[in-house]
Amino acid sequence: MDTVKLTIDNKEVVVSKGTTVHEAAKQVGIHIPKLCYMNLELLGLENKPAGCRICVVEQEGRRNLAPSCSTTCTEGMVIKTNTPRVLNARKTVLELLLSDHPKDCLICPKSGRCELQDLAVQLGIREIHSVENAEMSTYRKDHSPSIIRDMDKCVMCRRCEMICNNVQTVGALSAVNRGFMSVVAPAFEQDLKDSPCTFCGQCVAVCPTGALTEVDQVQKVIRALTDKTKTVVVQTAPAVRVALGEEFGMAPGTIVTGKMVAALRGMGFKYVFDTDFAADLTIMEEGTELLDRIGRYLKGDKEVKLPILTSCCPAWVNFFEHNYPDMLDVPSTARSPQQMFGSIAKTYLADKLGIKREDMIVVSVMPCLAKKYECQRDEFKVDGNPDVDYAISTRELAHLIREANIDFKTLPDQDFDKPMGESTGAAVIFGTTGGVIEAATRTAYEVFTGNKLPRIDFQELRGLEGIRTATVDFNGTKINIGIAHKLGNARKLLDGIRSGLYNLHAIEIMACPGGCIGGGGQPLHHGKSDVIQARFDAIYREDAAKPIRKSHENPDIIKLYEEFLGKPLSEKSHHLLHTHYFDKKNK
Amino acid sequence: MAQYKMHLLVCGGTGCRSSESDLIIENLQHSLREKGLENDAQVIKTGCFGFCEQGPIVKVLPDNTFYTGVKPADAAEIVAEHVLKGRKVERLLYKDPEKQMAVSDSKHMGFYRKQIRIALRNCGFIDPENIDEYIARDGYAALAKVLEEMSPEQAIDVIKQSGLRGRGGGGFPTGLKWEIAGKNKADQKYVVCNADEGDPGAFMDRSILEGDPHSIIEAMSICGYCIGATKGLVYIRAEYPLAIKRLQIAIEQARNYGLLGENILGSKHSFDIELRYGAGAFVCGEETALIHSMEGKRGEPTVKPPFPAESGYLEKPTNVNNVETLANIPAIYLRGHEWFASIGTAKSKGTKVFALAGKINNVGLIEVPMGITLREVIFEIGGGIKDGKKFKAVQTGGPSGGCLTEKHLDTPIDFDNLLAVGSMMGSGGMIVMDEDDCMVAVAKFYLEFTVEESCGKCAPCRIGNKRLHELLDKITLGKGTEEDIEQLRNLSVVIKDTALCGLGQTSPNPVLSTLDNFADEYLAHVRDQHCPAGQCKALRQYLILADKCVGCTACTKVCPTGAIAGEKRQAHLIDQAKCIRCGACIEKCKFSAIIIPSTKI
Repeated sequence: MDTVKLTIDNKEVVVSKGTTVHEAAKQVGIHIPKLCYMNLELLGLENKPAGCRICVVEQEGRRNLAPSCSTTCTEGMVIKTNTPRVLNARKTVLELLLSDHPKDCLICPKSGRCELQDLAVQLGIREIHSVENAEMSTYRKDHSPSIIRDMDKCVMCRRCEMICNNVQTVGALSAVNRGFMSVVAPAFEQDLKDSPCTFCGQCVAVCPTGALTEVDQVQKVIRALTDKTKTVVVQTAPAVRVALGEEFGMAPGTIVTGKMVAALRGMGFKYVFDTDFAADLTIMEEGTELLDRIGRYLKGDKEVKLPILTSCCPAWVNFFEHNYPDMLDVPSTARSPQQMFGSIAKTYLADKLGIKREDMIVVSVMPCLAKKYECQRDEFKVDGNPDVDYAISTRELAHLIREANIDFKTLPDQDFDKPMGESTGAAVIFGTTGGVIEAATRTAYEVFTGNKLPRIDFQELRGLEGIRTATVDFNGTKINIGIAHKLGNARKLLDGIRSGLYNLHAIEIMACPGGCIGGGGQPLHHGKSDVIQARFDAIYREDAAKPIRKSHENPDIIKLYEEFLGKPLSEKSHHLLHTHYFDKKNK
Repeated sequence: MAQYKMHLLVCGGTGCRSSESDLIIENLQHSLREKGLENDAQVIKTGCFGFCEQGPIVKVLPDNTFYTGVKPADAAEIVAEHVLKGRKVERLLYKDPEKQMAVSDSKHMGFYRKQIRIALRNCGFIDPENIDEYIARDGYAALAKVLEEMSPEQAIDVIKQSGLRGRGGGGFPTGLKWEIAGKNKADQKYVVCNADEGDPGAFMDRSILEGDPHSIIEAMSICGYCIGATKGLVYIRAEYPLAIKRLQIAIEQARNYGLLGENILGSKHSFDIELRYGAGAFVCGEETALIHSMEGKRGEPTVKPPFPAESGYLEKPTNVNNVETLANIPAIYLRGHEWFASIGTAKSKGTKVFALAGKINNVGLIEVPMGITLREVIFEIGGGIKDGKKFKAVQTGGPSGGCLTEKHLDTPIDFDNLLAVGSMMGSGGMIVMDEDDCMVAVAKFYLEFTVEESCGKCAPCRIGNKRLHELLDKITLGKGTEEDIEQLRNLSVVIKDTALCGLGQTSPNPVLSTLDNFADEYLAHVRDQHCPAGQCKALRQYLILADKCVGCTACTKVCPTGAIAGEKRQAHLIDQAKCIRCGACIEKCKFSAIIIPSTKI
């Protein structure tokens, strides 16, 4: 590979051609302060509009300062990253940014995790040299079911815009207005809820400040816990257990399932259950639906809709409701694990416990912000009472645990409650891209062929490639599987199916980069690839460690069907575990 | 044209049209018909003559009689006297402001004497809506010459040798730009004409497009041949309807003559042009922002490299040239690069069009050789300062240029000299200020523009310019401190050093140049809360001169706050604390007894 040699702060650096000054500096341990720049290489998320001008450096022979994030190294280049000229410029620019930023750090939801705040600390800002009563650019606050936009805090880093347009191809956010009043917003500055936003929350996941945050329901959960008349039940999604530890200083990828259960129980949740249980249930329903459609297809039924698309991801559901209203009958009708859980909890479990559904509060802990929207959908309510009352993110759970001054790291492990706490390895891998379809394959194979799986791990379905395809041999019947994560890839895959580029039977789609491990509700990754990789690895470790690894072998699922549902796709299942979709294109 | 003995050229530019030049044409034609002279004299609607201050303009050929301030009602007299009897209409002739004498023809006007018109060669001379008139002036001959006699490399070399530099502001060598775009291989390349002229007061590009649209088409086609592009795009602001219309007519005519389209003039060269309309954002004159805007994206710049020559419109190699740059191209091929390079200074060749504006007698559009001094431009071509006032400063280069003073007047104007003295060529705006202009207020005025026109992408420009404006505003209100001046300077330096594009990198120039050249004025504002030019209203003071005041009490009656006291027939006095500086008294006083003193009282 071609290399170039340059000097950064008197250190010689040899880097491959095309490397930016910022990356080159990092290679020799020089971390140039930055704000808008973000590069999560593992997931291909790069943002470098060169807009904040914090990462400027002095380049010998250049008239003005160079933004290191978007200046490519050239042979013999001489760079200085910390001359007085650079320091003065950086500090002045940061003061400018702060002069147009609210100073309410004390009560800002991002406080302590804010990249702007960190920068102010790093650059030692003690005073903002500006005109007295300098004008601030202020905007209407926008509340949606999942996301709060407080654009007074926007620094125009454009990360959200990059994610929303380039990665997700949702196009809900873009820069509007000009000059001092320019800001990132939906078209015509309408509310997010009226835009094509899918609530994937990736904009929140990358926002360096408190401009984009999740709707915080911690206080509502605390209130529910104090209400003696309510039985508060909690479910935790698979991806939460491999990321929650990061919030407490534990190494990324640490599996904290037991500690999480202990913390939740310690805070007063009556029953601590596992969304994984519902994930196994999803496999039973979705897997059966898959086999049903394939069976009919093989018998020559021309009406059958193939490929079947997974429907666990609520942002993905929103995406196809907005963008592919002509394909509403293609995705599986199976509800997501969160909603299956809520539905079973407020029927089967409530019956078992002998309480009315109104007296049960179901809280879910999700790596996701779209789940907040999903649980508020009218079709998931019975007489106005939602199956899931509150969906809080991994970050909110961490807040709750801290608020309860629980020493998370030293908590002894505890187990989930029964009966909705039992789960398999298949359910755990729902937390990452490729996991849902692998779980479905494990069950579908055995049901379809009647044989035991020769191997449980389907390596061909794993990975972080944006679009993946693989063929699994179901005893002579070749099943073509497609996987996409990031909605832009979902779009490519769907368009590819329409144009005949792909011939697939089943497709798994997850909206977030990497799947739920990279969800919009997860601890902030701050652009670090190793964090995502560690979570990814942990998911499969957790799977491998499970005694049961196939959903249809989950004893409590078997019992649920025996006692309550009958069989997959039964009438009761249809009523409680399946849903339908809406055309949102022209809304 | 040959059968006519006389031609009446009437300006059909935007300015003169607003003053009813269309009606003048109608009336002239009507009068000619009435007198049976319609076969002797022809009325031609031309592009702009440049002398906009005195419009509408009617020029008579062959004697070069230059009528100014013509009204539709004057048409009959021009025909009856000048066309029929050969007697010039004295009262409509241009009057020399110094000698107060009528000038018989344009050759003897100071305004034109020092001009060399290359880019504007056809403006005010031909009918821009008639391709035959352009062809009669050697139009498309340069294209033919290039296609027949030169390889693209040879043709590029001619432009390189000529020393032509981009007239849009950057001053980048045009030939080099073409060479880079030519060397980048691609299945499709584009030639873009940047007609997004946005400097307040500048209208050279509009005038060229209105007065000589074919020269741009011809130049773009030549450029296409040189770099290997078959598609041309003109990015033109929608606020230029007349330029758009004339360009559309010209494109249609060129297509009909086979001068646009496939296999032009029997060669292998194919080229066609489309128009793209800009919505008027100043920043879209920056080439990367312009390209994004054409692509339907937000008009904001991106970091270079990659330069458009590598990855431009639709990520294809794209050559972007400004209108005036292109207007020079055909002339260079026809008259030779040696001729072009013989005009101008060592590093800036040829001419530059300037839009003269402000407190100057001859407001208008001029084209002068590089190397001419500011003094020659302002005092000879421009006819000096209006109303005999004292020259104070001249701002060159549009809203982000610097303000130059008396001591810079003998600087030969070229790209490098202007930069060296803290200003710039820009696209050729030139605004003259006199003793009544407060330089703090001037800086504030320009910042108001850049604040408005910042795209908002980079922090220094988005927020920094706003803060500069706030600081300047504070100073003009008399609330500034010396620390604010320090702050102004630091902020200006940092914005220049860190902003993403040319807009932000130059927007503090008016502040820095006025801080350098008019430091005393800033200090007067912050130390004495006094505006020496008397322009800053909040700091203005009114004083009644006791020896001139007759005590008529007229001023006391109009003063809305009762700030003026005094007995009848006694000298009056203004209570400065009560005065709101509305100026009603000074207007009312018949005895010139109320003044705005230039030093603080």
